[in-house]
Amino acid sequence: MSFKEFCFKKSLWLFHFGGASCNNCDIEILDCLTPRYDVERFGMLLVGSIRHADVLLVNGSINQRDKSRLLELYEQAPKPILVVAIGACGCTGGIFAEGNTFAGPVDKIIPVDAYIPGCPPKPEAILAGIVKLLNK
Amino acid sequence: MAEQLFYFLIYPGLLFAAVIGAFLSWYDRKITAWVHFRKGPPILQPFYDFFKLLLVKETILPKHGAKGVFLAAPVFAVFGASIAGVFILLPLLGIETGFQGDVIVIFYLLTIPSLTYIIGALASGNPLAAVGGSREMKLILSYELTFLLVIAAIIYKSGMHISFDNLIAAQKVKGAFAGSISGVILFIVAIFCIQAKLALVPFDQPEAETEIADGIMIEYSGTPFAMIKLAKYIMFFILPAFLIGLLWGGLNFEGINILWSVLKILFVVLLLTLIRNTNPRVKIKQAVSFFMVWMNLLAIIAIVLIYFGY
Repeated sequence: MSFKEFCFKKSLWLFHFGGASCNNCDIEILDCLTPRYDVERFGMLLVGSIRHADVLLVNGSINQRDKSRLLELYEQAPKPILVVAIGACGCTGGIFAEGNTFAGPVDKIIPVDAYIPGCPPKPEAILAGIVKLLNK
Repeated sequence: MAEQLFYFLIYPGLLFAAVIGAFLSWYDRKITAWVHFRKGPPILQPFYDFFKLLLVKETILPKHGAKGVFLAAPVFAVFGASIAGVFILLPLLGIETGFQGDVIVIFYLLTIPSLTYIIGALASGNPLAAVGGSREMKLILSYELTFLLVIAAIIYKSGMHISFDNLIAAQKVKGAFAGSISGVILFIVAIFCIQAKLALVPFDQPEAETEIADGIMIEYSGTPFAMIKLAKYIMFFILPAFLIGLLWGGLNFEGINILWSVLKILFVVLLLTLIRNTNPRVKIKQAVSFFMVWMNLLAIIAIVLIYFGY
């Protein structure tokens, strides 16, 4: 592993994009930052601006309105950026998959690096997904 | 010439101050983690962050903005911070004595990073950055007068010495200024000024993360953002060091005194971190009135106390 890659993997800053979510995944993502799970020990921080982000966390079903915003966010992000789809809705569409306004799961819109399924995924599952992403 | 360049670039300027400052920034995050009952980041985390931003990430320029100014501002922030660091650390580490009136020069140089953040934010053309920039401007206008009063009080207390080296020497004779009533008051006021200068909670309105999404830094990415981080690391070391030089007898590097010097710096940073972790962000109006009314009042009380010899 080169020095650049090592530094990148040691300091992933997260940006959270919630689509048309039921908020369960949002809460589980926030759980990862709490004292019990504490992702800051891997150097991860939740940042407020997409310009600082290294990982784009996407959860919730993506409907027609979210689609353009998600694309815009992905284009505004400084590369390299990793995209993680969280929850059943983010990975496949879940129960919204046949809905009228559904605009396709995340990987039809932007390239996805890791999938974390579950409705909602436990914080342990999210951490396991992050570890897999780091070892990729 | 070569000597000046060495002072500026390596020791005690850019490189030395940045490395110590990066360590202190890790210490700040670790203490924050302990306050939250978390484990916290590894010790090299600031270096990983810096090199990631510098080497890996792409730099994005704003479409509707002044691109040259946007890119130049972080470089000037690093220059300002490191030249202030040189003037502070040369007398403090006992390398050279400095010159007459350098306290006033240091006072002006310490505002350069904040000013360049404002310029960079306004050049980015982002409305949230403009909000952050205007807040930083209001914050500077409120705390600078207080900081100047603190420095004036210390100059008055030392018997009208306006060189940083003489201020430290005066404390070696009479004992640290922080040992008197007026000194304690000035120390409290100066701690709050430093808190505002470093833009830590409760005075982090310019870069409020949850409210205006990092405000003045919102458009920065990649190398310019790494420069801003570097300037922040340097400021995180030199401001506590300046405070220790002004009020707490300076640093001493002979024998066991090294330990005492290190503990002094760690204690000041610990105070800043604990204030940061136990307070909410106040409104900009509250911050301005806090400095303009209460802190100025305290500083003037300290000056009156010095006049009566306390």
